[in-house]
Amino acid sequence: MEGLKVSEADLLVYLHPSKSKNVSQAIYNELSSMLFKYNETFDGVLLAYSASTNDELAKILPGLHPCFGVRLKAQLLLFDPKPNMILEGKVVKLGAQSIHIVVLGFSSATIIDEDIREEFDYKVKHGKELFASSVNKRHKIEIETVVRFVVKSFDEETLHLSGSLLQPNTGNVNWLDKYAEEDLVERLIPRNKETIKRRIIAK
Amino acid sequence: MGAVGDDIGDVSDYELTHHVRQALKAVLEGDTDEYDQLIGNMHHTERLVPDEVAMLVTILRALSGAVSFIDIVHHRSLLSSICAMRFWNYGPDVMDALMELVVTLATSNGKYVDLCLDMLVSNFIPPFNFLEILKQPRGLAKKDQVLARVHAALKGIADLVPLAPSRLEQIVRERVPNVFAKEAQIVVYVENMLMLESGDMGEFVGNSMIFELVNRLIDLDVEIGWDEVLLDDPNNKGIFLMELEDLARTDETEMDMDEPQIEYTGRKVLWGNVVAQKLDTLMELAFDHLQSCFKNGRLPQVFEALLQSFQSTVLNAYKSKFAQFVMFYACSLDPEDCGTQFVSKLLEIFKSTVYPQEWRMSAVAYLASYLSRAKFLSTSYVTIILESLVDWCYKYSKNQSGEINLKNHRVFYAACQALMYVLCFRMRSILATPRLKSQLVNMPLEKIFKHALNPLEVCLPSIVEEFLRQAKAAHLFTVSNGTFLFDHLFESELSRAFGGFQRLDVFFPFDPYLLKKSDRFIRPNFIYWSMVRTTYDDDEDDDDDDDDDDDVEDDNDDEFDMNLSKMSITPKDSFMFGNLQDRKMQMPSRIRPSTSPESL
Repeated sequence: MEGLKVSEADLLVYLHPSKSKNVSQAIYNELSSMLFKYNETFDGVLLAYSASTNDELAKILPGLHPCFGVRLKAQLLLFDPKPNMILEGKVVKLGAQSIHIVVLGFSSATIIDEDIREEFDYKVKHGKELFASSVNKRHKIEIETVVRFVVKSFDEETLHLSGSLLQPNTGNVNWLDKYAEEDLVERLIPRNKETIKRRIIAK
Repeated sequence: MGAVGDDIGDVSDYELTHHVRQALKAVLEGDTDEYDQLIGNMHHTERLVPDEVAMLVTILRALSGAVSFIDIVHHRSLLSSICAMRFWNYGPDVMDALMELVVTLATSNGKYVDLCLDMLVSNFIPPFNFLEILKQPRGLAKKDQVLARVHAALKGIADLVPLAPSRLEQIVRERVPNVFAKEAQIVVYVENMLMLESGDMGEFVGNSMIFELVNRLIDLDVEIGWDEVLLDDPNNKGIFLMELEDLARTDETEMDMDEPQIEYTGRKVLWGNVVAQKLDTLMELAFDHLQSCFKNGRLPQVFEALLQSFQSTVLNAYKSKFAQFVMFYACSLDPEDCGTQFVSKLLEIFKSTVYPQEWRMSAVAYLASYLSRAKFLSTSYVTIILESLVDWCYKYSKNQSGEINLKNHRVFYAACQALMYVLCFRMRSILATPRLKSQLVNMPLEKIFKHALNPLEVCLPSIVEEFLRQAKAAHLFTVSNGTFLFDHLFESELSRAFGGFQRLDVFFPFDPYLLKKSDRFIRPNFIYWSMVRTTYDDDEDDDDDDDDDDDVEDDNDDEFDMNLSKMSITPKDSFMFGNLQDRKMQMPSRIRPSTSPESL
């Protein structure tokens, strides 16, 4: 899945003197308050962090409140989806007009019917709603399916994605990983064997 | 929208959606005819005939299918029409369609989440004209219908947009009615908050709902001046004569009364009553909620949030009168778990060196009041906590060589007063058990009281009096020849106090609860001073035993009259103008604050 990256960061956290008794707690509080929010400096949504101080000394700022600045080295897990990236998420709701997906448990994504390719038809079978492919009978998208989709846009404020299932390499992840490979191999037999290997590994 | 098999319905649904989509698209090109017509049809709210209902339902359903075509800029008036719709104005069909539309709209695009959440939260409160019928059966039925759908919609959105609860929290907090809103509005809003707390989203928003609830209670509480409370019900004046030390004094001794004698404009009294009523209803809601949490086994989690909000809001609220009783009630439901947590937290704050002095003094006052007034606490538990308190006082006094000094040793004096207060209530029952009696006797109380810091002269005279009186009757603090060590204080301290000697600002948080409707939750677990058997009660032994049982079951109004006759041997009449002897016999469990309450 694209869109996730780990960044190394040198951070400087300013703490109020009242927090000097328990600095690590204060640092964690400070960093935790930034979780699940888009941060421009980090260029992404902070999902997780691990931080450590190199130095035991911290400079005190001059001023009304003698805040002190603690230098940290941190590893930050960031989520930064850009258009045309491929993401995966679990379907939580299906309708004739849209599919609703939750990505990484916190980000909501919507795919509207215009962005679902022709081969998928909305059906209701045995009381369950689903999108079934008319080309490959076994390719289905239902509730709880993990779906791979292309990002159309990402709203940084609400962490809402809008996606598309137009490209052929999108759809039910299980089906894609199992059958699309076979499909691809069959179609590529006339080509160079090396090219095939490269394509399979790159998946 | 329409099953595959249902051809006719499917076709018309599809057509409708298509029609709406076209109308929405047309706006971007400048053609707003269809669009305006659509909006116009949505504005029927009064007494819809079946045709209009069907039309509205159709429109809403069609809109649900076309949400992806709604543009936040070009379709602003459509969005405001949707957001202005009130569930309360419609029947179940329209409500269902509206619910679906709102959820679909919110989940279609991140931009609409806040808008839709806000719309749903604004539906927590019915329209103004609906408020009166809210209490009637049809109003209640309507309320159930509406709130069920509103909360289902909120849940629906939260399912699809995982971060919605945090935004919801914020919106709920922003829209909460203030103390000047009508009672019905505040009450129904708080009901909604509690529904959120106990609902599916409880684990996300529950804590902040509890915090907000306590904030509301405190806000209302501080609006009630003490004197409004007193004047609330003239029949109840007797209670306060009993429990108020000050009223028993004659005028010249009221040196600490800054405010003039009871002179209030009618408006002030009326306002106080109105606020007290609102608080009363809210407290009832809160108690009910705690009770149902207890029944569902959720009280521990809720209590955690409650305790935290207590620490940040109630503990420092200057002389809150009733809001703190949510803690009392929660502890009464679960003394072992919640009760002990409460006590530990209070002790921790009191003993810490980090918190400000006012907090520590407040914490020890809460502790004292709780230990004295909670009927559900065992005497041995009280003794253990008391021991820890005495221990602290003793260690503190050992470290001090200075003389009596109110400013520097406020926490110490507050603690001494606290332990005297508890002993006034509990001395007899402690002494009744040999094991506990030996614990008490072994406590270094004498050393504390004899120390140069002289707590007996600083603490509230009425408490000191009562304490010493009981101690004397119980033969504590006596030397071998039988003389009571603190005898001389009986005479001198009174005069010192009247002479304006250092008086401790006093606060007894769990003084008798005065809100009428919610009183039924507190009363069974509460120890009133009249119920306490003191160590000098021996003479009136047998009669009192019988009266005791009767009194508790008796009609509430009579309780305090009975009380009067029990506590004094002299006739009731002489009470008001009574002599020193009579005054000594009351235990002032409620003290009128010595600073002007209006500026609380």
